[in-house]
Amino acid sequence: MTDSKPLLEARGIVKSFPGVRALRGVSMKLHKSEVLSIIGENGAGKSTLMKVLAGVHKQDEGQLLVDGEEFEIQRFQDAQAKGISLIHQELNLAANLTIGANIFLGREPLKYGLIDDAKIRKDAVKYLEAVGLDASPDMLVGELPIGKQQLVEIAKALSTNARVLIMDEPTSSLSTHETKRLFEVIKDLRSKGVSVIYISHRLGEVKELSDRVTVLRDGENAGDLDVADINHDAMVRLMVGRDVSQFYQRNAHEPGDVALEVKNLRTPANPAHLINFSIRSGEIVGVAGLVGAGRTEMLQSLFGIAPPLEGSIEVKGTSTKISSPIEAISSGIMLAPEDRKQQGVVLEMSVRENMSMASLGRDQKKGFLNRSKENEITEEMTQKMRVKTPGPEQLVQFLSGGNQQKVVLGKWLTMEPDILLLDEPTRGIDIGAKEEIYQLMEELAERGVAILFVSSEMEEILGMSDRTLVMHEGRLTGELQRNELSEEAVMRLATGITN
Amino acid sequence: MKKILGILILLIVVCTMTALLNNNFLSAYNIENLIRRTSLFGIISIGVAFVIITSGIDLSIGSVICLVGCGLPFLAIEHEWSLWLAIPTILAVSVLVGLVHGSLITKLKLQPFVVTLCGLLVYRGLTRGYTEDQIQGFGNEFTKLRWWANGGISIPGIESFKLPAPCLILIFVAVAAAIFLNKTIYGRYLMALGRNEEAARYSGINTDRMIILAYVICATLSGLGGMLFVMDINSAQPSDFGNFYELYAIAAAVLGGCSLRGGTGTIIGVVIGAALMQVLRNMIILVDWIPTHIEYAIIGGVILAGVSADEIIKRIASKRRAAAEAARAMAGE
Repeated sequence: MTDSKPLLEARGIVKSFPGVRALRGVSMKLHKSEVLSIIGENGAGKSTLMKVLAGVHKQDEGQLLVDGEEFEIQRFQDAQAKGISLIHQELNLAANLTIGANIFLGREPLKYGLIDDAKIRKDAVKYLEAVGLDASPDMLVGELPIGKQQLVEIAKALSTNARVLIMDEPTSSLSTHETKRLFEVIKDLRSKGVSVIYISHRLGEVKELSDRVTVLRDGENAGDLDVADINHDAMVRLMVGRDVSQFYQRNAHEPGDVALEVKNLRTPANPAHLINFSIRSGEIVGVAGLVGAGRTEMLQSLFGIAPPLEGSIEVKGTSTKISSPIEAISSGIMLAPEDRKQQGVVLEMSVRENMSMASLGRDQKKGFLNRSKENEITEEMTQKMRVKTPGPEQLVQFLSGGNQQKVVLGKWLTMEPDILLLDEPTRGIDIGAKEEIYQLMEELAERGVAILFVSSEMEEILGMSDRTLVMHEGRLTGELQRNELSEEAVMRLATGITN
Repeated sequence: MKKILGILILLIVVCTMTALLNNNFLSAYNIENLIRRTSLFGIISIGVAFVIITSGIDLSIGSVICLVGCGLPFLAIEHEWSLWLAIPTILAVSVLVGLVHGSLITKLKLQPFVVTLCGLLVYRGLTRGYTEDQIQGFGNEFTKLRWWANGGISIPGIESFKLPAPCLILIFVAVAAAIFLNKTIYGRYLMALGRNEEAARYSGINTDRMIILAYVICATLSGLGGMLFVMDINSAQPSDFGNFYELYAIAAAVLGGCSLRGGTGTIIGVVIGAALMQVLRNMIILVDWIPTHIEYAIIGGVILAGVSADEIIKRIASKRRAAAEAARAMAGE
């Protein structure tokens, strides 16, 4: 198989965005009827590479070859014409349209200038059969569960005669059962000659599915693994560039008193379930689960964005009512949100203005800005967090993801949090900054801050947590101590298998 | 300074052109008039700038001006209230209007466009109702009070020119607004939430309260403007007093650098924008060969050209910047 001409090849792809160089000369090959997994830590460049292959981004340097011939992909239609289809992590389906209409969206067959619904229906059935989805093409996509919507996406890709399916984290919101079904579909497509590029953080899945693995690290190739060499340790070693134990440096320390105690918390997002847990000061607690398990919503409730419907929150033994971020902050709870660009920073404002945003009220002089204090804070935090910026007046939009995250953390550190909530703290961050953020978490824990962090990255959960909470469909399904922690144990709880 | 340079140049160009085309442009009478009109419109433009900075809009300004402009003579003349009672009442009504707008927008989450469009209809309807559609004015009374709108201050050394009194009010309002916007934490909060309301809220800023404050400022300045307009003209017809004034105010704010997307704008820019609007109208009247009936077309065209040029310049700048950043990222390897 490997000696045949590759179906799709990338050579020395370079792609930069303002402030970051996402790909620094990445190469990869994909053969016919092959499942190739591309893995790497957050920010390694996987998504950027996929977007280059699918024509969403145009590379700055390097070549793409299809069937051994160089091919210029300018737009995603070009990629589609060559049979390359990208299925995004967030599905691109119109929930208010039928399955048939979604499959042929933008390519509707016409009859007398009008949409030929009969033909759509007939052809849609054919593609639905190919992905094993037993549903009427007249059903609205919004009525399907997420796993079946994914199959509609695949059917849509097949309808464009896709030879290469690129799937970006397809299982991040699927149940075990749905995942299994998806794998069957992928294996079936492979046997029919379709090639799949599979991106996942779940190394267990990668091992089960892949014919070959290409590992990226910091926008470069870190190595390839053939089917016989695919195992967890080998993958992780390539991903982080050394043994895991060196990357996630955790010191054993005794946690202090209970910092946060949550009793019978009912969140507006998942009102059917009650949440109970506690964290001690100096403890780092991970929250694992599938996308959509209600982890972000739980943090948002604790931070007062979506105030809890009922239940009690005790901060350091004092019962606290939290109905807005203002109250959360004043009781020492602070959140670095998942959607950094939308919720964490104001992109069009400077490093200084962002760093001081939370502390302006505290440091005010009778309502007037305290500029000297502002400058002082910015300088102190920029140094402490090692924010790479030309100066305090640089607009945050021109910083890399890692530095933006440091600005968010700096903003909160000036407020001296007792409890720090971190939602996907290293998403879209390069490996160097990532390590710095882990160090910072460790430092803060040593100083007695209680840290609750949500992460979809298994290695991060395994590497950083003193204790792990696992959520499934809005419910806390379990709690794992450090000695009980393993990918399998987390996945079991995350997919709702409690025993 | 860079942000207002474009519009400042545009203002100077239009002034120079008009001065060359008609000698009367530089006459004391015309200049006085221009400054007076600019001052009145400048005040309401500053008001709406606050709302636009929060990425909102206020369409009700003209109707608030009508409500207040007819209301002051209605109370003071028809009902013989003392000014000490009438003016605070009028201002309180303006504040209340802003509170209602802001609360509906933040608490009920209605869209600013819809809320203030309804305001536009409601306040005009109410005014025509309580006045029974009769013209309101001060007649020959309250000349001392009216001096603030139609009076002037002699400047030693310059003959036959008086600095219009409302100019003093504009300067006061503009300086206060600029200090508020640039030097207080509340101004910073407004700028931050205008750019990204969610991030502001996640930083512990009481965004609802700040947005309500912006609508209160806008309605209050509309109220102040409304009183000055009626004191100046001395006759307010409830069916058309203040008609379209919100559009002049919004246009001035946009010309002055306030993006409707929120989070940008300077007070000095807005004042220059208001001046430009008045000079344009003046030009159309003074220059013979421009048919006066196409006034709106010219004003609309100039605004469109202004904001297009601004957008194009911004794009070029951001492209250059991105290229420079990319080059730096490469060099940093």
